[in-house]
Amino acid sequence: MLEEIKSLKKVPEEEYYVPGHRTCAGCGPALQYRLVAKAAGPNTIFVGPTGCMYVANTSYGCGPWSVPWLHAQVTNGGAVASGIEAAYKAMIRKHKTDAKFPNIIVMAGDGASADIGLQALSAAFYRGHNILFVTYDNESYANTGIQTTPTTPYGAWTTFTPAGPVVPEGKKLMPKDLPKMMAHGHPALKYLATASLAYPLDLMNKVRKGLNAEGPAFLYVHAPCPKGWSFPSDKTLEIGKLAVETGMFQLYELQDGQYKLTYRPKEQKPIEEYIRLQGRFSHLQPEHIQKLQEFANQRLKEVGLEATVPSVT
Amino acid sequence: MSVQVKDVPFAGTVPSPKTENEGMITGSWRTRRPILDKDKCTDCRMCWISCPDSSINLTNGSVSFNLKYCKGCGICNEICPVGAISLVPELDFEE
Repeated sequence: MLEEIKSLKKVPEEEYYVPGHRTCAGCGPALQYRLVAKAAGPNTIFVGPTGCMYVANTSYGCGPWSVPWLHAQVTNGGAVASGIEAAYKAMIRKHKTDAKFPNIIVMAGDGASADIGLQALSAAFYRGHNILFVTYDNESYANTGIQTTPTTPYGAWTTFTPAGPVVPEGKKLMPKDLPKMMAHGHPALKYLATASLAYPLDLMNKVRKGLNAEGPAFLYVHAPCPKGWSFPSDKTLEIGKLAVETGMFQLYELQDGQYKLTYRPKEQKPIEEYIRLQGRFSHLQPEHIQKLQEFANQRLKEVGLEATVPSVT
Repeated sequence: MSVQVKDVPFAGTVPSPKTENEGMITGSWRTRRPILDKDKCTDCRMCWISCPDSSINLTNGSVSFNLKYCKGCGICNEICPVGAISLVPELDFEE
Protein backbone atom coordinates (compact mmCIF):
# COMPACT_ATOMS: atom_id res chain seq x y z
CA MET A 1 0.00 0.00 0.00
CA LEU A 2 1.50 3.32 -1.05
CA GLU A 3 0.92 6.18 1.36
CA GLU A 4 -0.45 9.60 0.53
CA ILE A 5 2.21 12.30 0.05
CA LYS A 6 1.26 15.25 2.26
CA SER A 7 3.91 17.83 1.32
CA LEU A 8 6.91 18.45 -0.93
CA LYS A 9 9.25 17.53 1.94
CA LYS A 10 7.66 14.07 2.07
CA VAL A 11 8.20 13.34 -1.64
CA PRO A 12 10.65 10.42 -2.08
CA GLU A 13 14.11 11.69 -2.99
CA GLU A 14 15.06 8.61 -5.04
CA GLU A 15 14.85 8.96 -8.83
CA TYR A 16 13.61 6.04 -10.95
CA TYR A 17 13.59 8.13 -14.13
CA VAL A 18 17.24 9.13 -14.00
CA PRO A 19 19.01 12.00 -15.85
CA GLY A 20 20.11 11.28 -19.43
CA HIS A 21 17.37 11.26 -22.07
CA ARG A 22 16.88 12.99 -25.41
CA THR A 23 13.57 14.69 -24.74
CA CYS A 24 13.42 18.38 -25.68
CA ALA A 25 14.41 20.98 -23.09
CA GLY A 26 11.38 21.75 -20.94
CA CYS A 27 9.54 18.56 -21.97
CA GLY A 28 6.20 18.19 -20.17
CA PRO A 29 5.81 14.44 -20.75
CA ALA A 30 9.34 13.83 -19.36
CA LEU A 31 8.47 15.74 -16.19
CA GLN A 32 5.27 13.78 -15.62
CA TYR A 33 7.18 10.52 -16.30
CA ARG A 34 9.62 11.43 -13.57
CA LEU A 35 6.79 12.21 -11.13
CA VAL A 36 4.92 9.01 -11.95
CA ALA A 37 8.09 6.92 -11.49
CA LYS A 38 8.87 8.70 -8.22
CA ALA A 39 5.38 8.07 -6.86
CA ALA A 40 5.34 4.41 -7.95
CA GLY A 41 8.67 3.47 -6.35
CA PRO A 42 11.17 0.67 -6.99
CA ASN A 43 8.80 -2.30 -7.46
CA THR A 44 7.55 -1.11 -10.83
CA ILE A 45 7.51 -2.32 -14.43
CA PHE A 46 6.95 0.28 -17.14
CA VAL A 47 5.45 -0.60 -20.49
CA GLY A 48 6.20 2.00 -23.15
CA PRO A 49 4.12 1.94 -26.32
CA THR A 50 5.65 3.89 -29.19
CA GLY A 51 5.48 7.64 -28.68
CA CYS A 52 7.73 10.45 -27.51
CA MET A 53 8.39 8.72 -24.21
CA TYR A 54 9.68 5.67 -26.08
CA VAL A 55 11.51 7.27 -28.99
CA ALA A 56 13.21 10.18 -27.22
CA ASN A 57 14.12 8.11 -24.16
CA THR A 58 15.61 5.00 -25.72
CA SER A 59 17.71 6.07 -28.70
CA TYR A 60 20.86 3.97 -29.31
CA GLY A 61 20.13 1.03 -27.02
CA CYS A 62 19.94 2.69 -23.63
CA GLY A 63 17.22 4.16 -21.46
CA PRO A 64 16.84 6.40 -18.40
CA TRP A 65 14.88 4.01 -16.14
CA SER A 66 16.39 2.39 -13.07
CA VAL A 67 13.36 0.05 -13.00
CA PRO A 68 12.45 -2.52 -15.71
CA TRP A 69 11.01 -1.02 -18.86
CA LEU A 70 9.61 -2.76 -21.93
CA HIS A 71 8.69 -1.45 -25.34
CA ALA A 72 5.26 -2.28 -26.76
CA GLN A 73 3.96 -1.35 -30.20
CA VAL A 74 1.87 1.78 -30.50
CA THR A 75 -1.24 -0.42 -30.86
CA ASN A 76 -0.84 -2.77 -27.91
CA GLY A 77 0.27 -1.14 -24.67
CA GLY A 78 -2.79 -2.47 -22.86
CA ALA A 79 -2.35 -6.01 -24.22
CA VAL A 80 1.34 -6.27 -23.23
CA ALA A 81 0.57 -5.01 -19.72
CA SER A 82 -2.30 -7.53 -19.46
CA GLY A 83 0.12 -10.33 -20.31
CA ILE A 84 2.67 -9.24 -17.71
CA GLU A 85 -0.05 -8.97 -15.06
CA ALA A 86 -1.57 -12.37 -15.87
CA ALA A 87 1.87 -14.02 -15.87
CA TYR A 88 2.76 -12.56 -12.47
CA LYS A 89 -0.58 -13.67 -11.01
CA ALA A 90 -0.11 -17.23 -12.32
CA MET A 91 3.51 -17.45 -11.13
CA ILE A 92 2.55 -16.25 -7.66
CA ARG A 93 -0.44 -18.64 -7.51
CA LYS A 94 1.74 -21.60 -8.48
CA HIS A 95 4.51 -20.55 -6.05
CA LYS A 96 7.01 -20.30 -8.89
CA THR A 97 8.23 -16.91 -7.73
CA ASP A 98 8.56 -15.22 -4.37
CA ALA A 99 8.45 -11.77 -5.97
CA LYS A 100 5.93 -9.25 -4.70
CA PHE A 101 3.27 -8.34 -7.28
CA PRO A 102 4.73 -5.28 -9.07
CA ASN A 103 3.17 -1.98 -10.07
CA ILE A 104 2.54 -2.42 -13.80
CA ILE A 105 2.30 0.96 -15.48
CA VAL A 106 1.67 1.67 -19.14
CA MET A 107 3.05 5.05 -20.16
CA ALA A 108 1.26 5.82 -23.41
CA GLY A 109 0.89 9.02 -25.36
CA ASP A 110 -2.46 10.36 -26.44
CA GLY A 111 -2.01 8.72 -29.85
CA ALA A 112 -1.20 5.32 -28.31
CA SER A 113 -4.29 5.49 -26.10
CA ALA A 114 -7.00 7.65 -27.69
CA ASP A 115 -6.26 6.74 -31.29
CA ILE A 116 -4.13 3.78 -32.42
CA GLY A 117 -3.93 1.95 -29.08
CA LEU A 118 -7.57 2.44 -28.07
CA GLN A 119 -8.69 -1.16 -28.60
CA ALA A 120 -5.88 -2.67 -26.48
CA LEU A 121 -6.54 -0.13 -23.72
CA SER A 122 -10.26 -0.78 -23.76
CA ALA A 123 -9.80 -4.57 -23.84
CA ALA A 124 -7.40 -4.55 -20.87
CA PHE A 125 -9.91 -2.55 -18.84
CA TYR A 126 -12.80 -4.77 -19.97
CA ARG A 127 -10.93 -7.86 -18.71
CA GLY A 128 -10.13 -6.12 -15.44
CA HIS A 129 -6.35 -6.46 -15.24
CA ASN A 130 -4.65 -4.90 -12.24
CA ILE A 131 -2.66 -2.24 -14.13
CA LEU A 132 -2.30 1.52 -14.16
CA PHE A 133 -2.63 3.06 -17.61
CA VAL A 134 -1.17 6.57 -17.81
CA THR A 135 -1.92 8.71 -20.83
CA TYR A 136 0.31 11.75 -21.15
CA ASP A 137 -1.60 14.13 -23.34
CA ASN A 138 0.66 16.37 -25.39
CA GLU A 139 -2.19 16.76 -27.88
CA SER A 140 -0.29 15.56 -30.96
CA TYR A 141 1.90 12.84 -32.41
CA ALA A 142 4.93 14.86 -31.37
CA ASN A 143 7.90 12.53 -32.00
CA THR A 144 7.08 12.17 -35.70
CA GLY A 145 6.74 15.92 -36.22
CA ILE A 146 3.47 17.19 -34.67
CA GLN A 147 0.66 15.43 -36.50
CA THR A 148 -2.90 15.77 -35.24
CA THR A 149 -4.39 13.21 -32.82
CA PRO A 150 -8.04 12.96 -31.72
CA THR A 151 -7.17 14.94 -28.58
CA THR A 152 -5.65 17.93 -30.41
CA PRO A 153 -7.92 20.86 -29.50
CA TYR A 154 -10.05 22.72 -32.01
CA GLY A 155 -8.15 25.44 -33.83
CA ALA A 156 -4.65 24.09 -33.20
CA TRP A 157 -2.03 24.13 -35.91
CA THR A 158 -0.39 20.77 -36.64
CA THR A 159 1.38 19.54 -39.76
CA PHE A 160 -1.83 17.65 -40.67
CA THR A 161 -4.08 20.62 -39.94
CA PRO A 162 -2.22 23.67 -41.26
CA ALA A 163 -4.09 26.95 -41.18
CA GLY A 164 -4.57 28.50 -44.63
CA PRO A 165 -6.99 30.46 -46.80
CA VAL A 166 -9.39 27.49 -47.21
CA VAL A 167 -9.38 26.29 -43.59
CA PRO A 168 -8.50 29.40 -41.55
CA GLU A 169 -8.85 27.76 -38.12
CA GLY A 170 -6.40 24.87 -38.56
CA LYS A 171 -8.01 21.85 -36.89
CA LYS A 172 -11.76 21.84 -37.54
CA LEU A 173 -12.81 18.89 -35.37
CA MET A 174 -13.60 18.93 -31.66
CA PRO A 175 -11.33 16.66 -29.57
CA LYS A 176 -12.23 13.29 -28.06
CA ASP A 177 -12.77 13.18 -24.30
CA LEU A 178 -10.77 10.06 -23.43
CA PRO A 179 -11.23 10.02 -19.62
CA LYS A 180 -15.03 10.13 -20.01
CA MET A 181 -14.85 7.37 -22.64
CA MET A 182 -12.92 5.24 -20.16
CA ALA A 183 -15.18 6.15 -17.24
CA HIS A 184 -18.47 5.17 -18.86
CA GLY A 185 -18.36 1.75 -20.45
CA HIS A 186 -15.76 -0.18 -18.47
CA PRO A 187 -17.50 -1.81 -15.50
CA ALA A 188 -14.24 -3.30 -14.15
CA LEU A 189 -12.65 0.16 -13.80
CA LYS A 190 -11.55 0.81 -10.20
CA TYR A 191 -10.03 4.27 -10.36
CA LEU A 192 -9.85 7.09 -12.87
CA ALA A 193 -8.34 10.54 -12.59
CA THR A 194 -7.10 13.48 -14.59
CA ALA A 195 -3.97 15.32 -13.49
CA SER A 196 -1.72 18.15 -14.59
CA LEU A 197 2.02 18.44 -14.13
CA ALA A 198 1.54 21.95 -12.77
CA TYR A 199 0.12 20.27 -9.63
CA PRO A 200 2.84 17.70 -8.84
CA LEU A 201 1.61 16.51 -5.43
CA ASP A 202 -1.91 16.01 -6.75
CA LEU A 203 -0.48 14.03 -9.70
CA MET A 204 1.69 11.79 -7.50
CA ASN A 205 -1.13 11.05 -5.07
CA LYS A 206 -3.41 10.11 -7.96
CA VAL A 207 -0.73 7.71 -9.23
CA ARG A 208 -0.59 6.11 -5.78
CA LYS A 209 -4.38 5.85 -5.51
CA GLY A 210 -4.47 4.21 -8.93
CA LEU A 211 -1.78 1.70 -7.94
CA ASN A 212 -3.51 0.95 -4.62
CA ALA A 213 -6.78 0.17 -6.41
CA GLU A 214 -7.10 -3.59 -6.94
CA GLY A 215 -7.96 -3.47 -10.61
CA PRO A 216 -7.59 -1.35 -13.73
CA ALA A 217 -6.86 2.30 -13.08
CA PHE A 218 -6.62 5.11 -15.61
CA LEU A 219 -4.73 8.37 -15.24
CA TYR A 220 -4.91 11.13 -17.81
CA VAL A 221 -2.12 13.69 -17.53
CA HIS A 222 -2.09 17.02 -19.33
CA ALA A 223 1.53 17.47 -20.48
CA PRO A 224 2.40 20.65 -22.42
CA CYS A 225 4.88 20.19 -25.28
CA PRO A 226 7.12 23.23 -26.01
CA LYS A 227 8.02 22.02 -29.50
CA GLY A 228 4.55 21.02 -30.69
CA TRP A 229 2.65 23.88 -29.11
CA SER A 230 5.31 26.50 -29.97
CA PHE A 231 6.07 28.14 -26.65
CA PRO A 232 9.40 28.84 -24.87
CA SER A 233 10.79 25.85 -22.96
CA ASP A 234 10.55 27.55 -19.55
CA LYS A 235 6.78 28.12 -19.79
CA THR A 236 5.76 24.43 -19.54
CA LEU A 237 4.34 24.67 -16.01
CA GLU A 238 2.71 28.05 -16.62
CA ILE A 239 0.84 26.66 -19.65
CA GLY A 240 -0.20 23.61 -17.61
CA LYS A 241 -1.58 25.84 -14.88
CA LEU A 242 -3.37 28.15 -17.35
CA ALA A 243 -5.04 25.16 -19.01
CA VAL A 244 -6.67 24.29 -15.67
CA GLU A 245 -7.52 27.87 -14.76
CA THR A 246 -9.13 28.69 -18.12
CA GLY A 247 -11.17 25.48 -18.11
CA MET A 248 -9.44 23.80 -21.05
CA PHE A 249 -8.50 20.96 -18.69
CA GLN A 250 -10.34 19.87 -15.54
CA LEU A 251 -8.92 18.00 -12.57
CA TYR A 252 -11.19 15.30 -11.15
CA GLU A 253 -11.16 11.72 -10.02
CA LEU A 254 -13.68 8.90 -10.18
CA GLN A 255 -13.70 6.27 -7.46
CA ASP A 256 -16.51 3.87 -6.49
CA GLY A 257 -18.77 5.49 -9.08
CA GLN A 258 -18.42 8.95 -7.54
CA TYR A 259 -16.90 11.94 -9.32
CA LYS A 260 -14.89 14.28 -7.16
CA LEU A 261 -13.36 17.57 -8.31
CA THR A 262 -9.82 17.78 -6.95
CA TYR A 263 -9.18 21.40 -7.92
CA ARG A 264 -11.63 24.24 -8.39
CA PRO A 265 -10.20 27.31 -10.12
CA LYS A 266 -11.02 30.35 -7.96
CA GLU A 267 -12.05 32.32 -10.97
CA GLN A 268 -12.21 31.10 -14.54
CA LYS A 269 -9.78 32.99 -16.77
CA PRO A 270 -10.69 33.83 -20.38
CA ILE A 271 -9.34 31.39 -22.96
CA GLU A 272 -7.20 34.11 -24.59
CA GLU A 273 -4.76 33.95 -21.68
CA TYR A 274 -4.06 30.30 -22.48
CA ILE A 275 -3.85 30.51 -26.26
CA ARG A 276 -1.88 33.73 -26.66
CA LEU A 277 1.25 32.04 -25.22
CA GLN A 278 1.15 29.27 -27.82
CA GLY A 279 2.24 29.57 -31.45
CA ARG A 280 -0.10 26.79 -32.55
CA PHE A 281 -3.09 29.11 -31.93
CA SER A 282 -1.54 32.28 -33.37
CA HIS A 283 -3.68 32.22 -36.54
CA LEU A 284 -7.05 32.14 -34.71
CA GLN A 285 -9.67 34.80 -35.49
CA PRO A 286 -12.13 36.11 -32.86
CA GLU A 287 -14.91 33.74 -34.03
CA HIS A 288 -12.60 30.73 -33.57
CA ILE A 289 -11.55 31.87 -30.10
CA GLN A 290 -15.23 32.17 -29.24
CA LYS A 291 -15.81 28.59 -30.36
CA LEU A 292 -12.91 27.43 -28.21
CA GLN A 293 -14.36 29.34 -25.24
CA GLU A 294 -17.68 27.59 -25.80
CA PHE A 295 -15.85 24.27 -25.79
CA ALA A 296 -14.10 25.03 -22.47
CA ASN A 297 -17.36 26.21 -20.89
CA GLN A 298 -19.11 23.04 -22.03
CA ARG A 299 -16.38 20.85 -20.49
CA LEU A 300 -16.58 22.79 -17.22
CA LYS A 301 -20.35 22.32 -17.11
CA GLU A 302 -19.94 18.58 -17.65
CA VAL A 303 -17.86 18.24 -14.49
CA GLY A 304 -20.15 20.52 -12.49
CA LEU A 305 -18.18 23.77 -12.52
CA GLU A 306 -19.77 27.06 -13.32
CA ALA A 307 -18.40 28.81 -16.40
CA THR A 308 -18.04 32.48 -15.55
CA VAL A 309 -16.55 33.71 -18.83
CA PRO A 310 -19.34 34.15 -21.40
CA SER A 311 -18.81 32.32 -24.69
CA VAL A 312 -20.67 34.94 -26.72
CA THR A 313 -19.20 38.43 -26.62
CA MET B 1 29.65 2.09 -37.03
CA SER B 2 28.93 -1.58 -37.67
CA VAL B 3 28.44 -3.69 -34.55
CA GLN B 4 29.82 -7.22 -34.23
CA VAL B 5 26.99 -9.74 -34.03
CA LYS B 6 28.26 -11.14 -30.73
CA ASP B 7 28.09 -7.62 -29.19
CA VAL B 8 24.40 -7.09 -29.97
CA PRO B 9 22.36 -7.80 -26.82
CA PHE B 10 19.78 -10.59 -27.05
CA ALA B 11 16.34 -9.15 -27.93
CA GLY B 12 17.75 -5.63 -27.38
CA THR B 13 17.94 -6.25 -23.62
CA VAL B 14 20.25 -3.82 -21.81
CA PRO B 15 20.88 -3.34 -18.07
CA SER B 16 19.01 -0.51 -16.33
CA PRO B 17 21.17 2.43 -15.27
CA LYS B 18 21.32 3.03 -11.50
CA THR B 19 21.66 6.79 -11.00
CA GLU B 20 22.31 8.27 -14.45
CA ASN B 21 22.14 7.19 -18.08
CA GLU B 22 25.64 7.84 -19.46
CA GLY B 23 24.52 6.85 -22.95
CA MET B 24 22.83 10.24 -23.36
CA ILE B 25 24.77 13.12 -21.87
CA THR B 26 22.73 16.23 -22.62
CA GLY B 27 24.60 19.01 -20.80
CA SER B 28 26.11 20.18 -24.10
CA TRP B 29 22.66 21.28 -25.33
CA ARG B 30 22.53 24.11 -22.82
CA THR B 31 22.75 27.73 -23.98
CA ARG B 32 21.94 29.27 -20.57
CA ARG B 33 23.30 27.95 -17.29
CA PRO B 34 21.21 28.11 -14.07
CA ILE B 35 23.02 29.78 -11.17
CA LEU B 36 21.69 29.51 -7.61
CA ASP B 37 21.83 32.40 -5.14
CA LYS B 38 22.20 30.44 -1.87
CA ASP B 39 21.31 33.45 0.30
CA LYS B 40 17.90 33.82 -1.31
CA CYS B 41 17.10 30.08 -1.51
CA THR B 42 14.52 28.91 1.03
CA ASP B 43 14.88 25.15 0.27
CA CYS B 44 11.22 24.97 -0.79
CA ARG B 45 12.10 22.25 -3.38
CA MET B 46 9.83 23.73 -6.08
CA CYS B 47 12.67 23.70 -8.66
CA TRP B 48 13.62 20.15 -7.69
CA ILE B 49 10.12 18.76 -8.21
CA SER B 50 9.70 20.70 -11.50
CA CYS B 51 12.88 19.62 -13.32
CA PRO B 52 12.02 17.40 -16.32
CA ASP B 53 15.61 16.12 -16.54
CA SER B 54 16.06 15.13 -12.86
CA SER B 55 19.06 17.47 -13.00
CA ILE B 56 18.57 19.21 -9.67
CA ASN B 57 20.28 17.27 -6.89
CA LEU B 58 18.99 17.32 -3.36
CA THR B 59 21.71 16.90 -0.73
CA ASN B 60 20.55 17.17 2.89
CA GLY B 61 17.60 19.26 1.75
CA SER B 62 19.54 21.87 -0.24
CA VAL B 63 19.59 22.00 -4.04
CA SER B 64 22.44 22.02 -6.57
CA PHE B 65 22.51 21.62 -10.35
CA ASN B 66 23.69 18.55 -12.25
CA LEU B 67 25.27 20.37 -15.20
CA LYS B 68 26.29 17.12 -16.88
CA TYR B 69 22.63 16.63 -17.89
CA CYS B 70 20.92 20.04 -17.46
CA LYS B 71 19.50 21.13 -20.85
CA GLY B 72 18.98 24.72 -19.72
CA CYS B 73 15.21 24.82 -20.26
CA GLY B 74 14.79 27.48 -17.56
CA ILE B 75 11.76 25.96 -15.78
CA CYS B 76 13.60 26.25 -12.41
CA ASN B 77 14.17 29.97 -12.97
CA GLU B 78 10.51 30.44 -13.89
CA ILE B 79 9.09 28.43 -10.96
CA CYS B 80 11.34 29.76 -8.16
CA PRO B 81 9.04 31.79 -5.83
CA VAL B 82 11.88 33.99 -4.47
CA GLY B 83 13.94 34.54 -7.64
CA ALA B 84 17.01 32.72 -6.33
CA ILE B 85 17.86 31.15 -9.70
CA SER B 86 19.18 33.15 -12.65
CA LEU B 87 20.13 32.03 -16.15
CA VAL B 88 23.56 33.09 -17.41
CA PRO B 89 24.64 32.59 -21.07
CA GLU B 90 26.98 29.60 -21.42
CA LEU B 91 29.49 31.72 -23.36
CA ASP B 92 30.20 33.73 -20.20
CA PHE B 93 31.90 30.70 -18.68
CA GLU B 94 35.41 29.44 -19.40
CA GLU B 95 34.45 25.82 -18.75
